[in-house]
Amino acid sequence: MSNDNKLDVAPPYNAVAQHGVSPIASHDEIARFDFLANFNKFMSGPLGAGNKVAYDTRVLPKFRKEHNRDPKDRFEIRHAMNEDPFHRLWSALKRNSMEMRQQNGRAMTLRQIDELNAKARQFNEGRDTLELNPDIEIPPYQSAVDIHCMPGSYHGEESPGDISAGANYDCGIFATTAGGLGALNDGGGQALVEWIKAKRPGWQPRRILDVGCTTGHNIVPLALAFPDCEVIAIDTAAPILRFAHARAQSLGATNLKFIQANAEDLSRWDDGTFDWVQTTMFLHETSGKALPKILSECYRVLADDGLMLHLEQPEYSDEMPLFEQFQRDWDAFNNNEPFWSSMHSLDMKDEMVAAGFDRSELFETGVRAVVDREIFPEAPTDETEDHGRAAYWHAYGAWKNSEQMQEAAE
Amino acid sequence: MTEQVFDWMAAANKRAKGKRPSYFDAPESDRILSILMAVVGEVSVVRERMDTIERLLETKGSITRDDIESYTPDKQAAYERGMMIREYIYRVMRGPHQMVQEIENPDRPVEEISAELKEI
Repeated sequence: MSNDNKLDVAPPYNAVAQHGVSPIASHDEIARFDFLANFNKFMSGPLGAGNKVAYDTRVLPKFRKEHNRDPKDRFEIRHAMNEDPFHRLWSALKRNSMEMRQQNGRAMTLRQIDELNAKARQFNEGRDTLELNPDIEIPPYQSAVDIHCMPGSYHGEESPGDISAGANYDCGIFATTAGGLGALNDGGGQALVEWIKAKRPGWQPRRILDVGCTTGHNIVPLALAFPDCEVIAIDTAAPILRFAHARAQSLGATNLKFIQANAEDLSRWDDGTFDWVQTTMFLHETSGKALPKILSECYRVLADDGLMLHLEQPEYSDEMPLFEQFQRDWDAFNNNEPFWSSMHSLDMKDEMVAAGFDRSELFETGVRAVVDREIFPEAPTDETEDHGRAAYWHAYGAWKNSEQMQEAAE
Repeated sequence: MTEQVFDWMAAANKRAKGKRPSYFDAPESDRILSILMAVVGEVSVVRERMDTIERLLETKGSITRDDIESYTPDKQAAYERGMMIREYIYRVMRGPHQMVQEIENPDRPVEEISAELKEI
């Protein structure tokens, strides 16, 4: 809120913009998301503060007394905190808010699924910008559990060809981020547009590849910002692609093609096809063996002078306090993100070097969601940050064999 | 979906694959909290609906359900409603909120103080 005399409350769900395949919310469906958005603010703010207090004043002293040492990693902290009555209650409440978000989003979507599917068909049928491939298998890291406690995950269908997975994912982001991603949940993509225009003014990439695109939130703004660019977005899940394509078409992103494909094998594209290859909040939903394969395929299809960019939450470096690592790990064990913890303990710079980059080509930067601040709040990154969901990311990037960007960096 | 009625609310209740953590020693406590939180959420929904009806009635004498469904708060009303939800959350979350204060500044049992007062 811009006015200093006002307390911090979530914007209303009414402020969310409608696109061509948005579910139409009833009054009470809006009210459910309004409650959850504000409840999540309370959980990460005033109530969330209790976790650190409990740790400092009783969990850590008890651990020291029992072990004669400090916890050696975030897992030991988690096990100790899971014995604490306050943290148990906080976690149980948070888990319920996640489950309620899913139920509310699914109820709103499924109540009108026939209408939504019909709208999607209008945007999808006969378009060569949507390419589904039934031979693509859902990888085990996508099917082992339902990610984010999202029943059916990204690939679940209530009826053949439906788009409910995408519509539910899209509408509920408002509740879990308390509006932090803006009117179209695209604050991340808007931030990328702002970033590249400042970083490399006048640059016109010929082709962009977005890997693990889900509903296309973060790639549509880039497609609109570079209308002459051929933009490709891939995902393994057909339901989410049907939704993403219809959404993108309705927003005018007609230079954006969605293809059902697995990023571990990009062999349909020649070496050096793309000037920009990116993932946004995707790599943590892969696996230990898939991640390096994906990165090296991304490197291969990236052209010289091109940009690779991966947006994630910050990695668990030695400099990050163990308690913060534990906080950031909550979703891994409580919100069905089974690769989250392992992924964030990787050194992404090492991973990118293993994929082919020279260490001198790498850079890191922070990316904050760009949204209409008149309506939508800036996501806090202080002690009230909602770890795992903050609309502020860490970008791991590199320019491939680029003399120009190398000079700019120096 | 073509012949049978699609029970969308039953479908909305589908559980997510992946073992649900146990937060409390008694499994029923986890489930009772789920019910309680659902009620907490639904009371907030009823309050927001009441607020909508009151605001609509302030501007015209009679309203329809369509008026309620299509109501969109302006910026000021949106803030006031946000504040209403915030206040409500603080009211129902008093217990957990006070737990934080209690951990920050633990109190001695009143029995101890009672015994002391007897002596001074």
